Amino acid sequence: MQRLLPHPLLTVLLTLIWLLLSNSIALGQLVLGMLLGWAIPFFALPFWPDKVKVHKPLTLLKFTYILLHDIVEANFIVAARILGNPAKLRPAFIVVPIDLDSDFAMSILANTTCLTPGSLSALLAPDRKSILVHAMDVEDEEAFIRTIKTRYEQPLKEIFEE
Amino acid sequence: MNTLLEILLSVLIVAGALFTFIGSLGLARLRDFYTRLHGPTKGTTLGVGCLLIASAIFFSTRDEGISLHEGLITLFLFITAPISAHLLAKAALHLKVESLVPLPDEAIERKNKQHQQYHSLD
Repeated sequence: MQRLLPHPLLTVLLTLIWLLLSNSIALGQLVLGMLLGWAIPFFALPFWPDKVKVHKPLTLLKFTYILLHDIVEANFIVAARILGNPAKLRPAFIVVPIDLDSDFAMSILANTTCLTPGSLSALLAPDRKSILVHAMDVEDEEAFIRTIKTRYEQPLKEIFEE
Repeated sequence: MNTLLEILLSVLIVAGALFTFIGSLGLARLRDFYTRLHGPTKGTTLGVGCLLIASAIFFSTRDEGISLHEGLITLFLFITAPISAHLLAKAALHLKVESLVPLPDEAIERKNKQHQQYHSLD
């Protein structure tokens, strides 16, 4: 099973993406999509040796909802800051400690911090214990770190690791 | 196509254009390289999102069948925008581009050290 189908989730995702790309759900496209979804993971295997497991699909749904909500909110916040007085911003580099083990969860966390209010991941520490985040306007560093840890890291840990 | 739909589409397109414009305006208004990165990565996702929703609604109501491949563009945008921002920030830190706030030297030192180790291996 493991050798025939190295990444079941990736297969499903690629099939879905193919159907969306071709913008139809004709049987032929479905078969072609499944074929691609089966074949491509073999080529991607060297980049992605560990299997990705979703332990709590419901938490994943909730996380996606929070993420979308925060992305919309972030757009308004950033727009307001650009239109406001840029001299009043208090940018800062903040080291956020993380304790995620899987590469996949870590990259999602880094991606998430980029899309959400006023932060941008800049560097992953060589020991993989922290990421360097550039924030656009911070009042309280502690609160900032706490938000990232509880709002994004905790659910990711539950979904992909526990 | 009825008027209500047209109004909805127009609102979405204007809102999309507005957000994209504000995101780009950030490049001119913000004051250092690192804060400037925030404008295009975040200010524009909603802008492009609005335009794509408008496109999906327009083609779904005009042609037969629904049009959903706009969703893919959004997905790819959400994946690629942070990565390019991350790499730009990383490169800027490596070159020690000036910032309004002190650069996190310790982190840079560590990264350089690791880089040297990496190169001494080959």
